[in-house]
Parts: sequence; structure tokens; C-alpha cells
Amino acid sequence: MADYIWLIPVFPAIGFLINGLLGIKFPKTLTAWVACLSVFCSFVVSAIIFKQFLDLPAEARVFEMTAFDWIVSGDFSTQIAFRIDALSIIMCLIVSGVGSLIHVYSVGYMHGEAGFRRFFTYLNLFVFMMLILVTADNLLLMFVGWEGVGLCSYLLIGYYYEKDSAANAGKKAFIVNRIGDLGFLLGVFLLVTTLASNGVWTLKYSELQANAHLLTPALAMAITLLFFLGATGKSAQIPLYVWLPDAMEGPTPVSSLIHAATMVTAGVYMIARLNFFYTMAPTTLLVITIIGLLTAFFAATIGCAQYDIKRVLAYSTVSQLGYMFVGVGAGAYAAGIFHLMTHAFFKGLLFLGAGSVMHAMSGELDMRKMGGLRKKIPITYWTCFIACLAIAGVPGLSGFFSKDEILWMTYSRNGANIWFWLFGAATAGLTAFYMFRMFFNTFHGTCRASEEVKHHIHESPKVMTIPLMVLAVLSLVGGYVGVPHLLGGSNYIEKWLEPVFGHAPAPAAQSMHAFDLSVIGNAFASSGASGTVHETSAELYLMIAAIVIGLSGIFIAWLFYVKNPELPKKFVKKFDGLFNLVHNKYFVDEIYGFIFVNNLFRLGNLCKNFFDEKIIDGIINGTASLVAGMGGLLRRLQNGLVQGYAFAMILGAIFVLYFMIRMIP
Amino acid sequence: MIPASEFKWILPEIILTGWALVLLLIGGFSKGALSSRISGILCLVGSFSALFCTLNLWGVNIDIFNKLYTIDDYGTFLKVVFLIVLTLVTIISFRYTEREGIASGEYYSLLMFGVLGMMVMVSSHHFITIFIGLEVMSLSIYILCGLLRNNVKSVEASLKYFLLGAFATAFLLYGIALIYGSTGILDLVELKRYLLTKQPFAVTMFLAGIGLLIVGFGFKIASVPFHMWTPDVYQGAPTSITAYMATGVKAAAFGALVRVFYTALLPFICGWSTILWVIAVLTMCIGNITALVQRDVKRLLAYSSIAHAGYILVAFITGDREFTSSILFYLLVYTFMNIGAFTVVIMLGRNGEENTDIDSYAGLGVRRPFIALCMSIFLLSLAGIPPLAGFAGKFYVISAAVKSQYYWLAVIAVLNSVVAAYYYLRIITNMYFKEPIRELGVIDDAPQYGFVMLVCVWALFHMGIFPRMFILLAQQATRIFL
Repeated sequence: MADYIWLIPVFPAIGFLINGLLGIKFPKTLTAWVACLSVFCSFVVSAIIFKQFLDLPAEARVFEMTAFDWIVSGDFSTQIAFRIDALSIIMCLIVSGVGSLIHVYSVGYMHGEAGFRRFFTYLNLFVFMMLILVTADNLLLMFVGWEGVGLCSYLLIGYYYEKDSAANAGKKAFIVNRIGDLGFLLGVFLLVTTLASNGVWTLKYSELQANAHLLTPALAMAITLLFFLGATGKSAQIPLYVWLPDAMEGPTPVSSLIHAATMVTAGVYMIARLNFFYTMAPTTLLVITIIGLLTAFFAATIGCAQYDIKRVLAYSTVSQLGYMFVGVGAGAYAAGIFHLMTHAFFKGLLFLGAGSVMHAMSGELDMRKMGGLRKKIPITYWTCFIACLAIAGVPGLSGFFSKDEILWMTYSRNGANIWFWLFGAATAGLTAFYMFRMFFNTFHGTCRASEEVKHHIHESPKVMTIPLMVLAVLSLVGGYVGVPHLLGGSNYIEKWLEPVFGHAPAPAAQSMHAFDLSVIGNAFASSGASGTVHETSAELYLMIAAIVIGLSGIFIAWLFYVKNPELPKKFVKKFDGLFNLVHNKYFVDEIYGFIFVNNLFRLGNLCKNFFDEKIIDGIINGTASLVAGMGGLLRRLQNGLVQGYAFAMILGAIFVLYFMIRMIP
Repeated sequence: MIPASEFKWILPEIILTGWALVLLLIGGFSKGALSSRISGILCLVGSFSALFCTLNLWGVNIDIFNKLYTIDDYGTFLKVVFLIVLTLVTIISFRYTEREGIASGEYYSLLMFGVLGMMVMVSSHHFITIFIGLEVMSLSIYILCGLLRNNVKSVEASLKYFLLGAFATAFLLYGIALIYGSTGILDLVELKRYLLTKQPFAVTMFLAGIGLLIVGFGFKIASVPFHMWTPDVYQGAPTSITAYMATGVKAAAFGALVRVFYTALLPFICGWSTILWVIAVLTMCIGNITALVQRDVKRLLAYSSIAHAGYILVAFITGDREFTSSILFYLLVYTFMNIGAFTVVIMLGRNGEENTDIDSYAGLGVRRPFIALCMSIFLLSLAGIPPLAGFAGKFYVISAAVKSQYYWLAVIAVLNSVVAAYYYLRIITNMYFKEPIRELGVIDDAPQYGFVMLVCVWALFHMGIFPRMFILLAQQATRIFL
């Protein structure tokens, strides 16, 4: 029954080939059907496999299938082989499910575009590559998917390639990702050579896991750090996050699918997939936690000072990805994947909502020129409202459960480190603030758009609003697969992922403890180990604290942008310098530009002016004249006269005979 | 006394001979388009039935006719390659021969005789049989090259090839004679046994014999400095015959070369490998550098075929019997990419007007996207770009050199393929990024060409992405040397 798992990635590939090779004369409707159906078929296959998994005992939930030998060289061999287990099926469902919704949405969104077919061709290729990435059963095939999604990301960011900014953003994304990919590749090399020196030639996950003990701690750390460097590129973490905000130059469905829901989470998936190595390297995990927290926090602050709604969402994505890394960094891989899933729902929805707003506002992105859209585009309004509540962590919605799980794991798995928790919780507060800042600015208050734009405001067609509604429902209920024990749930997703990640440490005691403030007091005071006895109560207090922080973020946003719209201006005036610093994204782009880009350009110019023009050109011109000289010589030999040819043969024969006879001892 | 039952092992050869004679008769008694068309179809039927019989021989290892002839997997593998060449060339010839006015029964008959010679050449352990095969092949091709009787270049090519070929044959024969003179043996297996136990009676003579063998075979595989006929002959010969020579003749010559040197002469490897090292390097470098300045695509492909002979020699000189499989694999891959490329060359030409200068390819990507795409695939494969089979072939050849610690040779081969990429890509840039320089008129379009191109494209992708199966076959074929 595992024979057909290869169908999951193959369907979008078929769609890609049909539209790409044959689609020149297709009407738009046909192109759209082919593209959407191909992704939907993948979803159906994934759903069938998921259904089969549900009927199987937990240990048996692994389907493996080898299509063929790919590279065989000596002892080393790699197959084109697929592996579906508890982890990858979740990824498949997200990628193909959210992917289908976004495909459908795009049919409406991209309707008037000239490059309709090109768009869907790339989008199908992307889904194909992404599914290869998550279904691969070895690192090399995963790398194929990894590079493939990078390529599609580049192509789609630069979709409006006539625009300089879009073309540059594409290049930036590609180049920044190269740095990360280099890390990934070096990680693979180091892993292969290390294992090979122990006589093991493999890149297959199951065999890697079985042989993980061959790595020394130092090597495990080096390898995992290199892979993490790859993840920082693809998943936009410090220091390589700078490409993601610029990636918003692409069409909005692309931002939604690639730069929010799926591709950027590849890094999280990769670390979760290689969890057996990461568990061996506590230092790496600490690095991941710190990087994740810093990214989450800084990106959230930047998000508070942007006016472009897509940029707000972009920084929000960077920040939420940071969250996921905090989760996996704490060793709570299931929590990271859980947040990845809920994030795919609500962030995908937010982007689609932003697209719908843009659609209504004739392409306007600046929230200062919006406002009061609540009545005019009600479906977009309500679905965005749900998404904002979800991302802000309001209890009962999906984001709450996953975020809370991560916050709690950050605290409990890092030796009850309250500082980590505080950072995380502060980020949650900021998230709530900037999301509702955007929300209120867009939908509430008076409309600040020009009359002409105002005149055109209209709700999007059904083909766009239905995906919005489906995603809104998912954002509402998606969290209930991971209700923590504390709230009487069973944390189903964690149990589901247990075959992949191994058993989580024993859950906290089930009984509720009496109200005991001293726990928090202790925790604050010592920021050290807190007794397991108090864990449950600690979890509860921390949860309540996080809820309060989140709600106050919403409240402040309400205060600033609904109750008293003059307040933000005063605030900005007062904290002029700070605001400018944050609004300009801490000048990181400028700093990178100054340190790396400029110097690289200078080096490039040096190379061009000196090395290339003087030395290389010199060599080439020299070679050319040499070749020309040789050519002349050869031409004289190659004069068409048989005598000359025979003469050359004689010379050759003499030469051969001379060498042969010289052999005589 | 030869038992009659042994004839069943040479059924493919018998079929080819029979069909070729029938075609010759048809050609003798009736001229005209219809008879040539029938000949073509009959030739195709013949080659298919021979191919079928040959495939049935896979796994058979037997010496027949008093050890004058041998059936083994090595020979069978190469025979399959020759028959593929024959089939593909026959298909492209349907239209081409009619267009150029050389369609006749004799044409197809000679194609079959040529392949017969190749098959004999690679299926013997006996110098005399090998030599007979070589001559049968060569004589057919001397004639085929000059078929365009009204074209001076074609006649010139034929004559040149004949004169120089005779010259080279003399070297080869003299080499065989010297080896016989110093050992008294003409059978490769016995020669090996002899050399393992004692030294030849006259060492100098024996070594000179090896040297002369190198010269003789070096001519057929077009290695420097015995390559000079190649550009002229390839350019002058009818293009379908050029494709036939570039693939079939080369594969046959390499097949015999490997068999002779790996079966019998391995004890003297340190002698011939040094010489062939120099020859391989010269062949790669001169082939590629001269190709850089060519403006005629047929000539360019001729130099490229010289360079490819150099790459194959890289694997050859390692003398490691395990890696001979990479030679067979390379020959198989090389067959498809070259026939594909020459098919495109044919399509661009018209009667008496070949349009083989590189400017003719300008703008082809816009005018005929499909042809341009196929040509790009063939050229990229020749340049060795993954995932095409040319990459896999080059990879195995170079890894053979690395594993046998011929590092410098590997480096030179890689550098050469960089140089080679330039002239292949130049054609591609011409096709896609240049405006058409002049009107070319209608392209000679026929379903046969399209079929051959698709087969080649498919084969290149298939062998590039799944090389393993073919490598395993090649390894089984070369097991006889172990």
C-alpha cells in the first residue's frame, strides 16, 4: 500500500509539465483547472494516506518507497526514494491543502495578469519541489527540493520582472539563500565524510538515525550548526532574514504560499527531521533558541513601525518563524511543527486577506491610506479578524495553543529559564499589538483613500473569498489537535509525532496545584531550576501571564488606533529617534550593504579592473593569439594534402615506436 | 571440421550478409525511388531481425570455428550498439538519400556490410579475423564516403580516406606480423598465456609490433596525430555517413582496441599506457582547441569527435579492467548524442546546399523551437552537462582515471571539457540569442528525423538519469577481461 506515495509529488509535476510545455494555447480557465486539480490530487492522496495512518498502530505509520537508484558510486548510493511518516504527512497535508486553497485564490487574484500561465506553471513547480523536500527519504533528495523551492521562490518574487525592485528582490533572496545553502551542503559533506570514515555510506534518514551514535559530540555540533545555517537562510532567521521582507515584491498569493505557509518553514522541518542529531548537540539547540528568540523579538519590533501591510506581515512571518525555532531549539520538535501548522493557516489567511484588501484598494499597500473597510469588504474583514485573533494568541484559537506550547517548552526545557520565557512573551505582546495596529488601521476608522480608489472598493469574487473562509475555519479550530494536558486536552499532535521525535519527557503531573505565587516568585528570583512539583501550577500561571500580555497588546492597539488616533503621532514625535531606528529596520540592510555588499562590489570591481581585465584578459588574449598561432600552424598542417597527413602519421609512428623501443630494459 | 550447429551463433551476421546481398540484387535490377524505398525498409527489417537475434545472444560465451570467432557479452554489447547505429542511420537515410539523389539499394547494402565488418571485428580473439572485419568495414565506408559523386568534396573525402586508410592498415598488419614473428601466435588468449609464462622471442620486434598496432588503431579511432583525415572526411562525406562513421566506426575500433590490449597485451601496460597517455592528452587538447575556431558545424563535430576519442582513451589507459565498462557506456552514450546532432545538421541542409556554417543556426530557437531544443540537448550532452547521459559518461571515465590515480590526466580531461563547453554553447547561443542572418528557406522536415531525434533525446535523458542499469550491463559485458 506504500506503493503510491510517489504520487504525492508527481501530480504537481504533471500539472507543471502540462501547463509549461503544452499550455501556450490553453485558455486561462483550462490552465487554472490543470494547476488547481494537480495540487488537489496530491492533497487527496495525502488525505488517503493520513486516513490509513489513523487505522495503523503508531509504530507502523511509516511508508517507504524506493523509485530507483539515483547515484551509485562505489560504496555510496543514493536512491530516489520517498518516506511518509507522521511528520511528513503533516507537511504534505499542509503543503497540498493550503497549496490548493491558495491556487484557487490565485485564479481570482491573478485573473487580469498577462503571465497567468507562467504564474501557475511556477506555482505548480514550487508545490512539486516542496513536496519532494518533505517526502524525500534522504538528505540529497531533500536538497534537490530545497534548491528547487529556492529557484521557484526566485522566479516568483521576480514575477514582475519589468520592475527593478522585483528583480532586485529576487536576486537578493537568491543570493542570501545561497549562503545558507552552502551551510546545508557543507553539513551534508561533513556528515558523509564522518560517517564514511566509520564505514557507513548513507544519507537515508533511518540509517542516519541508526548510526547517529558514530558522531562525536563536537562533530554533531558542527554538523547541526551547518545545517542550522542552511535553515537560517531558507527560514529567514538572523542573520540571513533580510531577504524575506523584500520578497513581498512577488504577487500576494506567492507571499502567502511560499513566504508564509510553506517554503520558509522548510528549515524548521529539516531540523525536526534531523532531530536525532540535534538532540545530541545541546549547544546547537541553545544557539537555535537564542537566535530564534532574538529574531522573533526584533522582527516583531520592526513590524510595529511599518506602514506597508505586506511588510508588516513579512516581519510577522520572520518573527513567527523565530518562534518555531525557539520551539525546536527547546527540543520540543512537536511544538515547533504544531506552530508551523497553525501558522500556515493563519498567516496564509492573513496574506490572502491582504491580497483581498489590495484587490479592493486598487493595489494600495500603505495602511495610512486605508481605513474603514469593515463594511465594504465584510468577508475579508471577518476572516482577517479571526486570523489576527489567532496570531495574537487569544485563547481558544489555533495560535493560542501552539504559541503557548512553545512558550511553556521554552521555559521548562531550558532549565526553567524565565528570561527566555519573558522574551517570548514580550514578543507575543508585540505581535498582538502590531497585528491589531494593522487590523484597526485597515478596517476601522475613516477611509483615508483617494476618492477614485474609494469608488472602486468592492469585495473580492467568490473564488477568492471561499479559500479565505476555509482558512479562517482552520485558524479557528486548527489548534484543537494540540490542547495541552493542563487544559484537559491530550496534546494529540505531540502523541502523533512521537514515533518520529521519540517520547517527550514525562508530562507534568495531572493534578492541579493550589494557587501558589511563590513559584513565579522563585522563578523570577533564581531564574534557575524550579521543582517539578510546581510545574503544573507554573504552566498555568505562565499561560495566564501570556494571555494577559497578549490581550494588553490588543488593548494598546485599540487605544492607539481606535480610541485615540492622535496618540501614535504624539508617541512617534516623542520617541522620534527610536521610531526612526525601528521604522528603518535597525538599518540592518544598510549595515549589510556597507559591510558586505559594498565591499563585495569593490572586490568585484577590483577583480574586474585588475584581475579580469589585466590578468584574465591578458591570458585569454595571449591564449587566443597562441591558439591563433597554433591554429595557423595546424591549418598549415591541415592543408588538405594527403601527403601532409601521411607525413604526420609517419611522425606519429616514429614517436610511438621510439617510446616503445625505449622500454627495453 | 566445423560442426554445423556452430552457425547458429552467428545468426545476426548471417542475416546481415543475406539481407545485404538481397539489397544489392534489388539495386542491380531496378533503379528509382520505389526500389530504394523498399531497400530502405528491407534494411530496417534486416537490422531489426539482426538486433533481435543479437539480444538473444546475451549471456552466451563460447568460442566457435576453431577459436577463430568468439561470442561473448563484450562483443554482443558492441554489436547491439552497431545495430542501433545501423537502425537510426537507416531511418534518417530514407529522406536524406532521396534528397541528395544517392538513394539506391547499394547504399543500404553497404551500410549493412559495414556493420557486418564491425561485428566481425569485435567478436574474435584472432588477429586475422579482427583484420578481416576491419577491412570489410573500411571498404564499405570508403565507398559510402564518395557517394555524392557530383560533389568534389565527397569524392575527395573518399579518396583521402581510402589512401590514408590503406596506409594505416599497412601499419596495423605490419604490427600483427611483428607480433606473430616474435611469438608465433595470432590468437589473443594464447598470446596472453604465452606472455604470462615467457618473454617474446625478440622483445624489440614485439614492442615495435605493439607500437604499430597503436598506430593502426589510432587511425581508426581518430586520435592525434593520426586524426588529420577526420575533419576533411567527415565534412565531405554525406552527413548520414558521417554520423555512421563517427559512431559505428569509432565504437568498432575502440571495441577491437580494448579487446586486443586488455586480453593479450596487459603485461606490457607500462609501455603502451605511457604512449597512449601522451596521445590521449594530445587528442583531447588538439581536438578541442581546433574545434574552437571552426565555423562549420560538421567540421566542428568532427573535431569534437576527435576530442571524445581522447576522453575514451583516458579510461582506456588506466589499464584497470574494472573500468573498461565506462568505455562501453561512453560509446553507447556517444552514439545517441552524435546521431542526434548529425540529424539536426541534415535537417538544416537541402540538396546540394548543406548549410553547415554556424550562421545557419542563428535564430533557430525562434523559427523552429523543437529542433533547436533537441539540438541544445545533444550539444549539452556532448558538453557533459547533467542530467544528460554525456555527463554520466564523462563522469565514469574521469572517475576511472581518478581511481587509478591518473590525477593529472583527470585534471586535463576536466579542463578540456571546459574548453569544449565553449564551442558547444556557441552553437546554442547562436540558435537562441542571434537574429537569423539570412533566409534559410524551408527546413527539410520529415517525421523520420523527428523520430530519431526523440529516440536520441529520450535515450540521453534515460541514460543520464538512470545510468546504473546500463553501467551494470557494461560491467557484465566487460567481465571477460577480469
